[in-house]
Amino acid sequence: MAALTEEQTMIRDQAQAWVTEQAPVAKFRAMRDSGVEQGFQAETWQAMVDMGWTGIIVPEQYGGSDLGYLTFGIVLEETGKQLTASPLLASALVGASALLLGGTEAQKQAWLPKVVDGSEILTLAVDEGPRHAPNAIALQAEKTADGFSLTGRKTMVLEGGSATALIVATRTSGSAGDAEGITVFLLPADTAGISRQVLKTADSRGYANIDFEDVLVGEDAILGELDQGAELLTDILDRGRAGLAAEMLGTAAQAFAMNLDYLKTRVQFGQVIGAFQALGHRAAILFSEMELARSCVEAALQGIDGEAPSQAQLCSLAKCKAGAFLHHMSNELIQIHGGIGMTDDFDAGFYLKRARAVEGAYGNQAFHRNRYAQLLDF
Amino acid sequence: MVERSNEQEAFRQSVRTWLDENFPPTLKGKGAELLGYGEYTGPLQDDASLWQQRLGGKGWGTPTWPSQYGGGGLDHIQTKILHEEMNRIGAFNPIIVLAGMGVTMVGPTILEYGTEDQKIRHLPPMCRGEIRWCLGYSEPNAGSDLASLATKAEDQGDSWVVNGQKVWTSGADISQWCGALVRTDSKAKKRNGISFLMLKMDQPGIETRPIKLIAGASPFCETFFTDARADKTDMLGNLNDGWSVGKRLLQHERASQTGVRNTGGGKSEALQDMAKRYVGADAEGRLDDADLRLRLANHLMDAQAHGLTISRIAAEARGNVEVSASASILKNSATHVAQTQSELTLELMGHSGLGWEGEGFNDAELATVRNWLSGKAMSIYGGSFEVQNNIISKNILGLPENTQKG
Ligand SMILES: Cc1cc2nc3c(=O)[nH]c(=O)nc-3n(C[C@H](O)[C@H](O)[C@H](O)COP(=O)(O)OP(=O)(O)OC[C@H]3O[C@@H](n4cnc5c(N)ncnc54)[C@H](O)[C@@H]3O)c2cc1C
Repeated sequence: MAALTEEQTMIRDQAQAWVTEQAPVAKFRAMRDSGVEQGFQAETWQAMVDMGWTGIIVPEQYGGSDLGYLTFGIVLEETGKQLTASPLLASALVGASALLLGGTEAQKQAWLPKVVDGSEILTLAVDEGPRHAPNAIALQAEKTADGFSLTGRKTMVLEGGSATALIVATRTSGSAGDAEGITVFLLPADTAGISRQVLKTADSRGYANIDFEDVLVGEDAILGELDQGAELLTDILDRGRAGLAAEMLGTAAQAFAMNLDYLKTRVQFGQVIGAFQALGHRAAILFSEMELARSCVEAALQGIDGEAPSQAQLCSLAKCKAGAFLHHMSNELIQIHGGIGMTDDFDAGFYLKRARAVEGAYGNQAFHRNRYAQLLDF
Repeated sequence: MVERSNEQEAFRQSVRTWLDENFPPTLKGKGAELLGYGEYTGPLQDDASLWQQRLGGKGWGTPTWPSQYGGGGLDHIQTKILHEEMNRIGAFNPIIVLAGMGVTMVGPTILEYGTEDQKIRHLPPMCRGEIRWCLGYSEPNAGSDLASLATKAEDQGDSWVVNGQKVWTSGADISQWCGALVRTDSKAKKRNGISFLMLKMDQPGIETRPIKLIAGASPFCETFFTDARADKTDMLGNLNDGWSVGKRLLQHERASQTGVRNTGGGKSEALQDMAKRYVGADAEGRLDDADLRLRLANHLMDAQAHGLTISRIAAEARGNVEVSASASILKNSATHVAQTQSELTLELMGHSGLGWEGEGFNDAELATVRNWLSGKAMSIYGGSFEVQNNIISKNILGLPENTQKG
């Protein structure tokens, strides 16, 4: 754990206490079992707003506390541990980042206070097919007399069912695959012509496919520059990747703790199973992966806070390492628990399913390995 | 804060001036080569010898050691500045290599456990790179299970008389001193009857027989003790307390093995650039071997994750976060990174990475082959890969000791 400021330590302790008491994985289970369509509970979201989490990266003049991405990561790590369902990442991190990076003063004033008070839920809609491919954006935004008309489809949009506003990456010129010609729009989710298909995913998080049919927006809905949105989109995504990596680290750390606990309590052959060296070594190796992944995640968040020139590389590193560790860890969680691990009554399955779902979000390990190599020019 | 950075700036200037005046430009960037990639054994010649004397005389080969024992007396920030300035001009530190196990392990342990007299006698020559130390820990029947060692030392009035055999003693044949673990109480339980002795190697009772390794060289020996003698004043720490002294020394060993092997002396070519040179790249600059490209990316990520972990631990230590358990993972992580790097370097070199000696291969290619082979030892010495995992599972994770001793 990075050396934290007093304020960060306080926030972590508060988050830890609140998550374990008020939003433990049992609550996530109850939410899944009740089948709420939006994928989270209103009271959970309100509590997060009340604790100020929605304003962590937002400057004070827009109602936030401006504490930075590392601080946000600390909170996401805690919510990740208990799989606490909420639009915190999608809206208060990714959505707020988009406004901070690309918004005009007017846009910031219009939107950020509402992101902070929770009345608006933002999300980024980027992918259009089964895989993360920000370069392949094809959703058309055609110039009209007084704005643009959007037509196309976005897939697997995080919190897509509950979002009140969408940040949509579109193509305003060129063709799929070109870096030029991408434009990012921010528009209310109830704009005419938008229809949403809420998805029931294995990990019970709120996702939706979103269709756009002749959706009319004004020029003032553009975030950043017309046709020059690729770089903005990458920067927004990188913030999302670092934040998601922090959440994934928390999810995996919790799985590690559950595993360790079982190694110390389950008895077979007259001894606790953690006394078998084969299992002790696996735990040691997982621990090592966890420590290495933590260094990467914290470096990425600190890199964003400090505007390090190597931000992009660090974000890909963090997403990749957190992904590898979470994948390994969630599989071990099942294996080490034996038959119990296979039961729905036990929580291991939740972690395995979540691991699979977040792996693909904002780019899987393969995507980031490839990008890492590109950034190092080979 | 401003005042402090002014002070640092002034120090940096003084380092620059000193290096300008003392580092022979003929040696620029030659460190790794001159020091045999960390394996150099002989005395240095000409300019290199001059540089050794100057750096050693200044105490900057051991910058953090107290100056009254020949060290530089610098704090950590000054040391960092010194290293930055040395790197900047392609200077290097030969003292570490010349002292064998002295600067990295024996010295720090003497600083902690030694009497005033021992510090004054042993540390200054180490700082000048004049005395090489070896370590006599392992025995034929005491490897990972070191506490079962049997070489014994008997009290004969004014000296200790030592009998037994050590093995894998790195540099025993070229060292002047040996730090050895010996049994001084055969009735006590394994760990309790052990003491740490400092022995002069040049005496009739010690014989060394070099052992040739898979990398071709003979960096270590079998070491035989037949009525070998150590002065009574040459016991480090208390009688029968050698286990804690020896364990502390191993912690220094592990710490010295957790970074990338670097004695300074200029940047080497980045692995991805070397890969492009040997393998070629497509129009978009992607390596022509897609499989190797991804494994290389993985490796570079591992290396960066390792480096970031070292920085994180250093930051935590400064910020006084509870001593991080993460340090325990560094030895295995460093080993993994280094061994993978060797494997990948050989792979990207293709046929050129098969040379043993002679014509047809350049120096870097030949060195890569030898490094690949000698690097296999990293997961064996200093607590093997398996033993490290035992330590993590037992001491860090609190899993019961049953089948995971060591
Ligand atoms: C290049 C090199 C330099 C060295 N230099 C020195 C030196 O200067 N001075 C010195 O004293 N020694 C030195 N050594 C010796 C080194 O410390 C030993 O090799 C090491 O302690 C392992 O002991 P061993 O070789 O007897 O292997 P063993 O202990 O016999 O181990 C054999 C295998 O069993 C495994 N194993 C052993 N115990 C356990 C366990 N409890 N759980 C799981 N697996 C286990 C090991 O990991 C290993 O894979 C050097 C070794 C090398 C290779």
